[in-house]
Amino acid sequence: MKTAALIWTWIEERFDVGELIAPLRSKTVPRHRFSIWYLLGGITLFLFFVQVLTGLLLLLYYRPSTQEAYESVQYITTRVQFGWLVRSVHFWSANLMIFMAVAHMFSVVLLRAYRKPRELTWVSGMLLLFLALGFGFSGYLLPWNTLSFFATKVASEVAGQVPLVGHALLVFMRGGEDVGGATLARFFSLHVVVLPALAATLLMLHLWLVQKFGMSVPPSVESHWTEVPEVRQEVRFFPDFLLRDLMAWCVILAALLVLAAALPAELGHKADPFAPTPFGIKPEWYFLAQFQTLRLLPAKIFGIEGELIGVFGFGLAGALWLALPFLEGRLGRNGSRWVRAAALLGMVYLGSLTLYAYFAK
Amino acid sequence: MSTIASAAPTSRGEQLIASSMPRRRALLLLMGSLVSSLGTLCYPILRYLIPPGETNSSANDALAGMVGELKPNSGKTFRFGSRPALLVRLATGEYRSMSAVCTHLGCTVQYRPETQQIWCPCHNGCYDLNGRNVGGPPPRPLPAFDVEVRGQEIYVSRKQVA
Amino acid sequence: MGKSLLVLTFVVALGSSLARAQQTGACSNCDQGDSRVKAIAEEFAADIHAQNAMSCNVCHAGGGRGTEANRISAIPRERIPELCGSCHADADRIKKFNPALHTDQLAQYRTSVHGIKFANGDTKAAVCTDCHGVHRMRPASDPGSSVHPLNVAATCQRCHSDAEYMKPYHVATDQYAGYSDSVHHEAMVAGGDLSAPTCTTCHGSHGAVPPGVKSVASVCGTCHVLQARYFEESPHKHIFAMMNIASCVTCHSSHRIKHPDDTFVGTGPKAVCGNCHTPDEPAGETANGIHRRFQRLEADMAGAKSLLDRAEHSGMDVSEAQLELDQAGDALTKARVTLHTATLSRVTEDVNVGAGIVAKAHQAGEAALRERGRRRKSVLIPLIAIVALLVSLGAYLREIERGQLTTTGAKR
Repeated sequence: MKTAALIWTWIEERFDVGELIAPLRSKTVPRHRFSIWYLLGGITLFLFFVQVLTGLLLLLYYRPSTQEAYESVQYITTRVQFGWLVRSVHFWSANLMIFMAVAHMFSVVLLRAYRKPRELTWVSGMLLLFLALGFGFSGYLLPWNTLSFFATKVASEVAGQVPLVGHALLVFMRGGEDVGGATLARFFSLHVVVLPALAATLLMLHLWLVQKFGMSVPPSVESHWTEVPEVRQEVRFFPDFLLRDLMAWCVILAALLVLAAALPAELGHKADPFAPTPFGIKPEWYFLAQFQTLRLLPAKIFGIEGELIGVFGFGLAGALWLALPFLEGRLGRNGSRWVRAAALLGMVYLGSLTLYAYFAK
Repeated sequence: MSTIASAAPTSRGEQLIASSMPRRRALLLLMGSLVSSLGTLCYPILRYLIPPGETNSSANDALAGMVGELKPNSGKTFRFGSRPALLVRLATGEYRSMSAVCTHLGCTVQYRPETQQIWCPCHNGCYDLNGRNVGGPPPRPLPAFDVEVRGQEIYVSRKQVA
Repeated sequence: MGKSLLVLTFVVALGSSLARAQQTGACSNCDQGDSRVKAIAEEFAADIHAQNAMSCNVCHAGGGRGTEANRISAIPRERIPELCGSCHADADRIKKFNPALHTDQLAQYRTSVHGIKFANGDTKAAVCTDCHGVHRMRPASDPGSSVHPLNVAATCQRCHSDAEYMKPYHVATDQYAGYSDSVHHEAMVAGGDLSAPTCTTCHGSHGAVPPGVKSVASVCGTCHVLQARYFEESPHKHIFAMMNIASCVTCHSSHRIKHPDDTFVGTGPKAVCGNCHTPDEPAGETANGIHRRFQRLEADMAGAKSLLDRAEHSGMDVSEAQLELDQAGDALTKARVTLHTATLSRVTEDVNVGAGIVAKAHQAGEAALRERGRRRKSVLIPLIAIVALLVSLGAYLREIERGQLTTTGAKR
């Protein structure tokens, strides 16, 4: 321990690390009955790093072509040492990351952390969530198995429903009229180059904003604290809160390992573009609610394609939700109640439709 | 600004040294478990980085054999993807290749030099050297493959759909 | 718009009626002819003969091949085979239309049960038109033809399933019902295999007769070559001949031929061996021995398959072993053919090949599952380390937080 101290002093003398991390050391995190929700963002961040690491490892052996994609994933899971673990962890971490990001988003809404001055933090976070969904969508196709092939086909057909630009959008997504090698090439570059670059930039902005404004205290707690200043509680970010973060990460990492070992990611069968669409094709669970909505909508609503209305509905809901901090003020005195109601409704809607689609035939 | 109970020592090193015994023990435990966690996680990653000896195979073409391995008027079965396939060298020296899965009940067919036909032992089905079913119960021809000789190696690939 | 449509319709109608007039002589245009003639002439337009530029008078007119008696009125049934044969047995003439077409139909017909009965004055017996149709004859390659492989059985059964019609002949009328339920019908209709057997494949078409006891094996053996050859080598061969019972059909039945499964062999309730043999005589023991070997191999294969599937499901590569296991299926299929020798040692030989393959596949599956277990256990070590880290983090946090919580006011 003496050596460690000596090394630390040596570094300290030259680089003044203490000065560098001073803002972190003086940073505090409010402590109240909702503090546990502060962990969700950190967990999502940790899972993102797991994705980067395992993604880099998968890149060593993966080959993005229709002839080789499936075989290379098979090769990774069967021939490469611990390849099964890397792929399964990547798979489970992706799913958990999206789940945690969604949970983080709803906790922010319910704790009203998107209020002034944190509007841009909210917007950057929402954009990151959309990117995460993009990661999931593009990554799903990469193993080139039957399920992912047809799920991508169906999803891009939905995009083709958009009026005027629909067909152009479909061709842009597929890189041609059909899902094929060009689609795989596009999705691959999107998954490993475009989205990571965008996500890294946005993530830095998001973290900087979080750092700048500190943790938001829910209005109910804040008002109580203003009334009774003695009950205000804070903990240091370093090391107290960071240790809690680390503990959460340990739990998540352990869960990832258990899931990867007990329920390894399946590969299915290689996609056959000439085969008929198999019965009961479903997208990944995080698109199930949208998928089921489109299925439940009638073919025509007031003479317009039901699917079209559905697609527009999602677009509109997403845009409104993104602009949430700016819209709340316009809703008048009861704005926050409306937002809370919308969030609860959204959770019930997404949850129930996802379950319905999951168990539906 | 919130306050922290103990007065901040001038440097981290002094702080560590100044810390009380139980706290120091907890820190040691923490460091130990951190190192072992990282170690046990790095081990599979390092093993993952070692390339496995066998090369990555593709389902669209396969190494069927070597030049000189087959005498004229003989054949061999090899693995193509997950199914057996047949490589035949005709009496003229030309190579032909087709699926070795009989279209009748899925037995593995073989080349018969005596009749210069492809023959299924299960029900005596016969195919000609283009894979066409010419005798016995097989209802359909055997899917034929393209053969390409690259140097000393004979590769077989699925017929490209025009 | 409406006007031009009208004109178009008129032009098309005119064109087609002109063409028909050319083909079918004046019959369809004849004002004095009754409407039936018109309908027949229309039907005839699709006939292969009309398409080869033949008209009504080729059969019906005195000037042509038919005689004066055929003119206008229907051709008497007694004359039909000879009338058709006047062209179809004439190689010189047929050559001009279709050089590949046979000209032995009439000769064959005369040897058939239909032809013999007909020659003996039974006009109920089938003649050419009963199977080929009258005015809309199509070649057998046309899916719409009554003699296309897919339609042959339905054509034969028009008479042969009619109990009333067949009464004088004292023959069964359940052949079609049986055939419709058979493996051959399934291959033909469900499998779309036009080379699968239908009535004429075994009975012949123009020379249709029931194959006799002696010829059954050669009829079936045209496709089931190995089974027929092994049967020849079996002890059954001489005994069946001595007892004057037919070979294949004794066990497999004649029309309702089902896909045989392993319950066929042995002395069980569905087994055909039990029809002659009891379980305790040596032949019965052989039959049961074969049955047991088949069952064991099948069960072992299923076991190995589910083992390999389980391994594959958990991310193990067992494709090599799965490929090998398919060969065990080959061995079983082969053994089921060798069964026709009715010789236990020869069947066992084939079954043992399969059993060897299954054993290897089973080993591969177990090795894969052991590997899976090792994989799962290998995760335990980092897992323990992480849990230890979690615990020590908690302990450390407790240490440093002891008495440190601050409760001062005024945040930023």
